[in-house]
Order: sequence, then structure tokens, then C-alpha cells
Amino acid sequence: MIEAALDRLRSLKVSLTLMHVCGTQQDTLVRFGLAPLLRSAGVTIRQGPGCPVCVTPSSEYAEMIALCDAGLTGLVFGDAARVPTRNGSLLDARARGDDVRIVYGIDDAIRLAGETERECVMMGIGLETTAATTAAAALEGLPENFSILPCYRRTPPAVAAILDSGEIHLDGLIEPGHVSAIVGCKPWVPIAEKHHLPHVVAGFEPLDLLIAVLMIAQQRLEGRGEVENEYRRVVRWEGNERALEDIATVFGVQDAYWRGLATIPESGLALRPEFEALDARYRYAEVIEGAPPPEEETTGCRCGEVLRGLIESQECTLFGRACTPDHPLGPCMVSTEGSCQIAFKYGS
Amino acid sequence: MCLGMPAKVLSVSGKRARADFGGAIREINISLVEVKPEDYVVVHAGYAIEVISPEEADQTLALWRELVSGIPVSDEVERRA
Repeated sequence: MIEAALDRLRSLKVSLTLMHVCGTQQDTLVRFGLAPLLRSAGVTIRQGPGCPVCVTPSSEYAEMIALCDAGLTGLVFGDAARVPTRNGSLLDARARGDDVRIVYGIDDAIRLAGETERECVMMGIGLETTAATTAAAALEGLPENFSILPCYRRTPPAVAAILDSGEIHLDGLIEPGHVSAIVGCKPWVPIAEKHHLPHVVAGFEPLDLLIAVLMIAQQRLEGRGEVENEYRRVVRWEGNERALEDIATVFGVQDAYWRGLATIPESGLALRPEFEALDARYRYAEVIEGAPPPEEETTGCRCGEVLRGLIESQECTLFGRACTPDHPLGPCMVSTEGSCQIAFKYGS
Repeated sequence: MCLGMPAKVLSVSGKRARADFGGAIREINISLVEVKPEDYVVVHAGYAIEVISPEEADQTLALWRELVSGIPVSDEVERRA
């Protein structure tokens, strides 16, 4: 069916530049060799800012390191633990004696917190999918010794910002399937309308992505710029209403800085005042204030341009030389969802 | 993170469930969904975020075949502006 889909696409004779915002979709595109096949069929797909570990600014990693240096047990996702800052990564902090533990989710983190007397803080990195899990856990009730450093960001404002910037010419967007499982298809509608561009919510299998490309191509040929749902076996138009309610109960919306992009209005989630006891920025305010200020990117690191879909990873002169998964210089090489690690991992 | 694993719910107990990830059986949190045993879910960071609909999966296969064959897309496709 993949060959048939590619044949169908070739027969449409299109020339399209598309963007997606999901590390897992990028992994599929590269791992299965779809990116070059699509290019030969006239479709270029760029990865945008869909890697939460990549777009979380180094200042927030510095806050987390400061909390761990102050004696808290830090609970982080594996990728986040390896992101380099001027003062090293969270794993480096562990090497000098801080208590940093890798977790795969908040239930996991809560379980660890239950096994210790120490104050624990979870670095709340993620988009709406992960924010939903934290909201659900917060509503269920968290242990006394547990808090969250919220770094959650919202995807639609970032997509809107990329399009509004006009920096990159795009013919359509592939929207992330699991973020959309939470937020639904509705948030993409105003963006599609404003720019009259096709948006297709897609899954993560090779065929999902090929079909999404076909659906976009079809829309372009018909002069349409609408939101369609390729991943209907999981995504409902309204999204997961329970998850959205939980998120709205626990989090409020605020402006947030996206590494490599800018401050995007209303693109961050902050714990509401009723939940400030769970908020590490409130609970440990003096420690947070003592964290190092935001730092410049490493000279030569082009993660920002990668995250904005302006260049391929290989165009960064550090790629594969000074910057590899073993000694990453920027977050795009650290994270399994980062373009650079994906490009490096599958070689070319 | 988009990464979500499909899993089959084996048993439900309050806000938790035991689920089969294709051989590995793990406990998941089902606060965000309504599920019963035999349902398939997508699991992200230990939480089921949505139930996988077999009916929609079937329709997806039909949609894929239509699109690939070049027959105009049917009304089954949700299309909104």
C-alpha cells in the first residue's frame, strides 16, 4: 500500500513544502526512508518545533539543576537529563552528587517520591499530551514531598507563530496525532482559515504520514485549506474532553519562551494559584531566583533554525562533528525527538 | 512527546488498569479515558490518552484504499473549515 500511495502521489505531480511538529513523526519519516521518497515525489517535509525537550529553554534546565543542587530529588525524563547547559546537564549534576532520577511519567515519579523522605520535584516538560497526565495526577492528589517545575507548552500557538512569521513558505501542515488526541482538531481550524492552508491530523505509522501527504495534496489541487483528520481511529474532533477539563482546572495559560523561536503569547501552561503548593517555582522561590540567568546558544549551534524548519540538521556545521549524540551541543541532538539526533541515528 | 504505545486493556481497577503492550503487561492510569477489558488504548507517559476505535480503524483502511486508488474522497472523511 505504501508503494501504491507513493505512485498515487507521483501521479498528482505536486511540488509541496510541508511542516510537521512531532518528533515521533520525524522519526518515522527518516527511519523508513520516507523523506527522500517523498522528495522524489515532489514533497519536502520539514520538522518544526515539536520536540518539547528541544524547545524548553536552558534557563528552565538551570532552574531544575538549581533545585537538585539545593538538595531536592530531581525526577526527569531521560532526554531532559542530558540537555547541556553552561553548567552541565542534570546528569552532570548527578555525577557531582545530586539526586537525579529518570522517570517515564508522573505516576512513576509519584511512586519514587513515595519511597523517600526527600523533597522531590518533577521537571514538567512536555506538550498538551504530557500536561494532561500531570493535570490528572494533580487532581488525584500528590504526595506532600512532591512538586512540579512546570515547563509545559501548547502546540497550536507555536504552529501559528511559525506561519505568522512568514519565515518559511509552507503549502500545508501535518498536525501531531497524540497532541490532537488531547486537544482535538478544532484548535487547528483558525490557523487553517487564516492562512488558507491544509492541515491534516496524522498518526505515526509510515502509511499514516503518506496518506496525510496525499490528503494535503488533494486539498491543494482542489484549492481547499481545511482541517482533516487522518488519525480518526484515535483522534476525535472535540479531543479528549476529560483531559481538556483537567488541564483547564489545573493550569492557566501564559506566554512562554520557545528555544530557537521567541516568546509566543499564550503558549505556556502554568499551575493555577489553587495549585501553587504543587509548584516548585512557588515552593522554592529563593532557589529558583538563584538559578543562573538565560544563556546564549553555543556558537555555531543552529538548533533554532532547525526548530523553525529553515534548515536540515546536516546544514549545521557542528552536526556529526563536534555535535553528536555522545557529546551533544544543542537539544536537537540530545532528544530522541530532535531532528539532529534522528538524522544522526539513521545515518545518510 | 508524541510517543504513544498501543495496548490492550486486560483488567480495570478504579483509575488503574493492567494492559498488554504486545507481551509486556504493565499497569497504566486510565483517569483520562473510559475503558473496559478488551479495549485498545494509546498510552503516553503511563496514561491512556485515548481509546482506539476499531470502527474508525476499519473506516481508516477504507479511506486509505480510496485515496490511494484516486477515487474522490467520500463523505466519510471529516472535513471542516
